[in-house]
Amino acid sequence: MKHLTFRTAASFLLPLLLLFSVFILLRGHYLPGGGFVGGIIASIAFVLHAFAFGLGQTRKLLRIRPMGLMPVGLALAVFAAVLPLFQGLPLLTGLWLSKPIPVIGLVGNALLFDLGVYIVVLGVALTIIFSISEAV
Amino acid sequence: MLLAVLSGFIVASFVPFLGKLLRGKWSFLLTALPLCLFLYFLNFIPQVSANKAALISYEWVPSMGINFNFLVDGLSLLFALMITGIGTLVFLYTSAYMKGDRYLDRFYGYLCIFMGAMLGMVLSDNIFTLFIFWELTSISSFFLIGYNNENSDSRKSALVSLAITGLGGFFLLGAFALIGNISGTYSINEMIGSADALKGNGLYPVIIAFLFIGAFSKSAQYPLHFWLPGAMKAPTPVSTYLHSATMVKAGIYLLARFTPVLGNVPAWNNTLMIFGGFTMFYAAFHSIFKRDLKEVLAYSTISALGMLVFLIGLGTPDALLAATVFIIVHALYKASLFLITGIIDHETGTRDLAKLSGLRKVMMPVAVAGALAMLSNSGIPPSFGFVGKDLIYASTLGSELGAALVTGVAVITNILLLYSSILAGIRPFAGPLPDAYKTVHLPDWRMWVPPLLLGVGSLLLGVFPGLIEGGIVGPALLSIDPTAPAFHLQLWHGFNVVLALSAATIGGGLLLYLLFKPSVGQPAWVAGLSASSPKNIAGYLSRKFRELAHLWTSLSQNGYLRIYVLVIISFLTVLLAYKSFTEVKFYVELSKVSPLTSAEMVVMFILAAAVIYVVYTPSRLAAVAAMGVIGYCICLIFVFYSAPDLAMTQFAIDTLTVILFVLVLYRLPKYIHYSNWLIRIRDGVISLFFGTLITILGLEVLNEPTSKETTHFFAENSYALAKGKNVVNVILVDFRGVDTMIEITVLTIAAMGVFALLKLQLNKYDQEL
Repeated sequence: MKHLTFRTAASFLLPLLLLFSVFILLRGHYLPGGGFVGGIIASIAFVLHAFAFGLGQTRKLLRIRPMGLMPVGLALAVFAAVLPLFQGLPLLTGLWLSKPIPVIGLVGNALLFDLGVYIVVLGVALTIIFSISEAV
Repeated sequence: MLLAVLSGFIVASFVPFLGKLLRGKWSFLLTALPLCLFLYFLNFIPQVSANKAALISYEWVPSMGINFNFLVDGLSLLFALMITGIGTLVFLYTSAYMKGDRYLDRFYGYLCIFMGAMLGMVLSDNIFTLFIFWELTSISSFFLIGYNNENSDSRKSALVSLAITGLGGFFLLGAFALIGNISGTYSINEMIGSADALKGNGLYPVIIAFLFIGAFSKSAQYPLHFWLPGAMKAPTPVSTYLHSATMVKAGIYLLARFTPVLGNVPAWNNTLMIFGGFTMFYAAFHSIFKRDLKEVLAYSTISALGMLVFLIGLGTPDALLAATVFIIVHALYKASLFLITGIIDHETGTRDLAKLSGLRKVMMPVAVAGALAMLSNSGIPPSFGFVGKDLIYASTLGSELGAALVTGVAVITNILLLYSSILAGIRPFAGPLPDAYKTVHLPDWRMWVPPLLLGVGSLLLGVFPGLIEGGIVGPALLSIDPTAPAFHLQLWHGFNVVLALSAATIGGGLLLYLLFKPSVGQPAWVAGLSASSPKNIAGYLSRKFRELAHLWTSLSQNGYLRIYVLVIISFLTVLLAYKSFTEVKFYVELSKVSPLTSAEMVVMFILAAAVIYVVYTPSRLAAVAAMGVIGYCICLIFVFYSAPDLAMTQFAIDTLTVILFVLVLYRLPKYIHYSNWLIRIRDGVISLFFGTLITILGLEVLNEPTSKETTHFFAENSYALAKGKNVVNVILVDFRGVDTMIEITVLTIAAMGVFALLKLQLNKYDQEL
């Protein structure tokens, strides 16, 4: 799988796909998309890269072990979920900034929660795929 | 109060962090916990002796009626004082007995948990909190019995006791659920009001049967008694604390507690008398043949527990008074004897009665404690045991049914118990001192003071029984039997039948000791009896159960993924087929079906072609690619029916799956035909059936009248409440956010599982296994 065309394409595809996955994550609240799909797309980006350049290169690019992403994502999601408790509101109540941020739009803890989902899914998918491809 | 009960758990949770400190010489500091609790509960005596029970409530799960309602009345105070008082001595004793143990901190942690659970159990007025604490005592007992976890006997004993008491707990839960349902309250105190309704209910026999199984399993009544001798594998402080003084009395407590609610019915009384009476005789008989000190004590404990059950069964105020007093008597002398056994074992390294003798010459205070405990155990005046035994005889003589018979059983049991008390309390200290034990010395004061204190206590209470008459025994009796008349405890009742029986007991016991030597050993016919003992039957059953489980597992969990899938799908097929034959009408309303568009036709055609290709292709990679095509076709169908979210996710997942497959399959050898045509036909038939049934199911869904309520709710509220326009996503992150939370947690666990399976490096030792 080290064909030149594929490698060239992959090196361009990685940033593009990652950007796309973030775009999908952000638009989730209004249009089709969301953290889960976003996470899957991001992991596809990395897996393609691993195909083209080998797992070692991808790991180097990632710097952290994909296992480490899972607790980070979970913590983010939990944080987003309990945030309303500090204001005396029930768990997972929607909290929103009063003014929309340019490009991203209206930001609330739902987006933070979705970001947590995104990171967990990315971590899970990469952990499973990397483990399997190293084992066979 | 809540703090008092939970303090054991709180301290236990800090123990791991203080491990180093506690393993060292500061371990005795933990004694402060039970001591403080003991003093705290002493404060309740004035209030309780004035017959004013204290009810302290904390809400826990109010919606289900499960609350921390702590009731301090006579009975619970008696037990609380016993638990904390003996706990104090045991904690102190442990610090010397287990000195230098590697896991001393852990041991103390378990003890603290046990103490908290036991306190919670006797103080709970709510039956479900009572049940939770009841189970916690079983669990902490499991850990304490299996404390020497490198010894396979210990582990086995721990498992047996957990199995038996756990089984009992299961029945107890059943009894509690029934009682709660019928009486309409979960408070024991309020149940007394609906006692008649409970007794008149048709389910009454079931309730008491379940309750009895629970109580008997905990309090080691025949035929559920055999876990207790095994439990003696635990370190001696545990045997003292759990398996003689407190935990095994939990069943007694339960029976006493429910006497005003369920008692005073022939079925109740007779069952308890039969089981208790048989147990006390059976165990006392077995105790005299044992040569291991701890086993002697174990069987005499079972016998004493039988006696208590028997007395509660008698049910007269006299008998209940005798039971209350005997609980105290037994806790004092039996704890003392166990502690002494621990000292002997610790100093000489053996518990074999045949080897031990003359130890009085090297450890006099221990010998004195042994003699005092034996006096109380045998009911020789002026010990407290004598007071207790008098009360027992007085109540058996007053029994309505067969006074002669029950008194006879009681006398014989007491003669046998006297024999075993001499074995445990006197024999190791009497006679000449063997050379081997010349160097034995008195242990640390923390070990010999507790049993001596208990022995002196027995004597003191015997001479001045008035000390606890009004403060503890009286209120305790009143909480078992609210109509009990006033009484007066005394050592000397004058010359009467009871005194004659006591004298006969003592005489008979001494005579038996002189005539029958333990070195004779177990007669052959006693050994023959044990072949059909409950222990062997239970052992056989559990072995068979294990074999069955093994057989079943190797049948259904054989490790082949294709078999698992086959089993799951066939099961589903059978279930669905049954359901569709009985309920589905096979009717499709064509007017509801939307017309087929040309785009859909194309997709369907590709789909069918891909499916056929997957089945017939000789190449793995091609099959995987075709599977991907099927996935994408399904995505397209989702798009046609306006489910873009679903389509997107399906598309991404399918891509990932194909990549994953390719990754794995790329390295596998070429396609090999390992399935013959028979297997293929079988798989084909099952697939066809399953597919057909799913199709029927899909069509059937169309016929169901759809409810638009939820759809409308989400459509209207997703923007108003959650500021989102994509309803699917709003449901995921907001309305059903907790679900998503749990799903991502499960995902994480699954990933860790995969990682562990693939990356686990077995070391050499494991590989050899």
